[in-house]
Amino acid sequence: MLAYVVRRLLYALPILIGVNLITFALFFVVNTPDDMARMQLGVKRVTPEAITRWKAERGYDRPLFVNDEASGVAVFSETIFFSKSIRMFVGDFGRAEDGRDIAREIVARMGPSLAIALPTFVLGLLVSVTFALLLTFFRATYLDFWGVVLCVAMMSISGLFYIIGGQYLISKLWKLVPISGYGGGLDAWKFVILPVVIGVVSGIGSSTRWYRTIFIEEIARDYVRTARAKGLSEAAVLFRHVLRNALIPILTGVVVVIPLLFMGSLLTESFFGIPGLGSYTIDAINAQDFAVVRAMVFIGSLLYIVGLILTDLSYTLVDPRIRFD
Amino acid sequence: MPFLPVILWSDVLIWLLLLAALASGWLSAGNPLWRSAWQRVGRSRAGMASATLLLAFAIVGLLDSLHYRPRLAADGGQRTAGQPAVYAVEVLSLLDALLTPLRTRNEKTYSEPLATRAHAKETIEVRGSDGRLQQVRDHPRLRHGGAHLGADEGRRDADVAGRVLQALGLALLAWAAVVLAVCGGVVRARGCGWRLAWRRVWRSEGEFAWNAILATLAALSLLAMPVALLAGDYHVFGTDKVGQDVLYQVLKSVRTALVIGLVTTLVMLPLSVLLGVLAGYFRGWVDDLIQYLYTTLSSIPGVLLIAAAVLMMQVLIDTHPQWFATAAERADLRLLALCFILGVTSWTGLCRLLRGETLKLRELEYIQAAQAFGVSSLRIIGRHILPNLMHIVIIALVMDFSSLVLAEAVLSYVGIGVDPTMISFGTMINNARLELAREPLVWWSLAAAFLFMFSLVLAANLFADAVRDAFDPRLAGSP
Repeated sequence: MLAYVVRRLLYALPILIGVNLITFALFFVVNTPDDMARMQLGVKRVTPEAITRWKAERGYDRPLFVNDEASGVAVFSETIFFSKSIRMFVGDFGRAEDGRDIAREIVARMGPSLAIALPTFVLGLLVSVTFALLLTFFRATYLDFWGVVLCVAMMSISGLFYIIGGQYLISKLWKLVPISGYGGGLDAWKFVILPVVIGVVSGIGSSTRWYRTIFIEEIARDYVRTARAKGLSEAAVLFRHVLRNALIPILTGVVVVIPLLFMGSLLTESFFGIPGLGSYTIDAINAQDFAVVRAMVFIGSLLYIVGLILTDLSYTLVDPRIRFD
Repeated sequence: MPFLPVILWSDVLIWLLLLAALASGWLSAGNPLWRSAWQRVGRSRAGMASATLLLAFAIVGLLDSLHYRPRLAADGGQRTAGQPAVYAVEVLSLLDALLTPLRTRNEKTYSEPLATRAHAKETIEVRGSDGRLQQVRDHPRLRHGGAHLGADEGRRDADVAGRVLQALGLALLAWAAVVLAVCGGVVRARGCGWRLAWRRVWRSEGEFAWNAILATLAALSLLAMPVALLAGDYHVFGTDKVGQDVLYQVLKSVRTALVIGLVTTLVMLPLSVLLGVLAGYFRGWVDDLIQYLYTTLSSIPGVLLIAAAVLMMQVLIDTHPQWFATAAERADLRLLALCFILGVTSWTGLCRLLRGETLKLRELEYIQAAQAFGVSSLRIIGRHILPNLMHIVIIALVMDFSSLVLAEAVLSYVGIGVDPTMISFGTMINNARLELAREPLVWWSLAAAFLFMFSLVLAANLFADAVRDAFDPRLAGSP
């Protein structure tokens, strides 16, 4: 088991280096640091000196891959690729445009992101699986038919409308909770509840339909017929047999998302003014802060790979036949 | 010539896609397996109803994909023979020409649907009963909304009701004509009587879901006809902050959504099919390389990769203004670049599916037999493997469309979508999202965007389901 995890982590290294190469190519080869400097400085203040200073301040004045002027290891380490990309592996993300340390900012913003993303994820999963089981129980009836129609209709609505509509109804019309913002400590719940509810509702359509498909497929299997033949009630068949066996396809889609919860949600956080990683990313995109976007891409891919490994490990929990030896 | 045709890249791609769709339809008509799959789609009522709606959207999008620059009228309307023609810098489309009243008759700012007066109060001058000018705060009269009523604004309700009734009558007539034409077609094709033809069509006994199509057409014409009759003199969906007609905006958004949904697949398809088949068929280091490529790409969270790529593209476009002759061309290229980026970031899922399927196929006896006979790899892939992968490709194409349309709105909101000057559902929502916080409430922009986007995506989802049910061999047997 441990050996398996270590091997998978080692496999992850070339992938992460590949990710770095892609982002590096995007950020430094498609556009030279000169272009970025011009963009950041604005049209009016562009002088050759200003560009040189801008590059020197951010360490963009070095060669891209190979530094001919240096000697020894410094040939590779005194380059933009090493200082901007490889150093991310040890958690050194550099500084944002406003001069703050990105790594510290990320740690500070993880909490609010998780406070929204985790409840949304858990509640969403519970609600969707429950609805999907319900639809499966009443399969081939009008309830099932209209349930699926409702699911398709709900997934055809853009997430933006859920957020805008939810904010309008709950916060503005009914004045139940504040429209946006975030507070630390125990007061946080009133800021968290609206984004969580909206997040759960907007996800119900597609995930319920997806789980229902899995359950319906599972219910056609032989063991279900056997279970019915030995006299089990339909509820017992669903909960004790179908739900358990459907866990593998469900886990495949679900576990991989868990580590990404740290990243928060771009839309929710920017609409509700939550100081998490999602809004951090959006602000960086709008301010064209390349260092932050690069750091978030790196962390996102890292978390995705962790999610893939967790998915494999979770199979051993639900299916004793799967072993990693 | 009274106009100068302008060929935008996205126009070319849209029309090419239409040609490709027609060609593949013609090809699949000759293949019994494909024909039966499409016939299953034709039997599905939800599928045909949504296809009708999609067709209506497609017509709007195609009309909006023929661009030209109108010629500016020369001074005094006279022109000497040798003088070169001068064309406007503004690029218009055929749809713009059809919707000229909607496009040109702008108000000053917000006005409610069907309003004759503006939404906000202003200080206006009114001639009082004693003949003197007085300043009052009131809703000013709109320049164009209900202008034909003159001073008699109270007549508006009666006028609107009259037009709606007239439109409903016209819509029913038009629909009845279509029904007659369909029935007549059935009578000629089957050689049966009119009664039987009506029953075949309306009960859909047998093959084609005519009733769904006709019902959708009825609903569509009953809704569209009143709008069309009213749009000439009113702002049916109101006007937005800068006084532009909202109906015009939603109709223009349709093309952007279609381009995003369709052109992206054009980028995605060759990548995923080629690499997926190569990886599955040749295995070994080719497989390792391609697997590495898509694992790496798919491990970057989609939005972030798109954000990074779009940011870089923005820098590229901003630093090279000399590449673009008109603003429309720049917006168009940015739209295409967005499609390209979306395509490059979303081919991995389909590629993985196709690789798995090819791995399965290449072990089957008929492929092994072909290999034993010495058929070249290229020929095996082309004749034996690709045709057996096509159902996966078709299903993936129709399934992706709706998610791409939804993605456009989100990306435009985040600021990494289409050009801000380009009308799209995303930019509409983005501009309108603060309007719900206004007092009094401005709801019509959002409502119109919601209505059109919802019906487009819902139709796409339903059609995708029908296609999947018809093409997926695992589902094909089930009712």
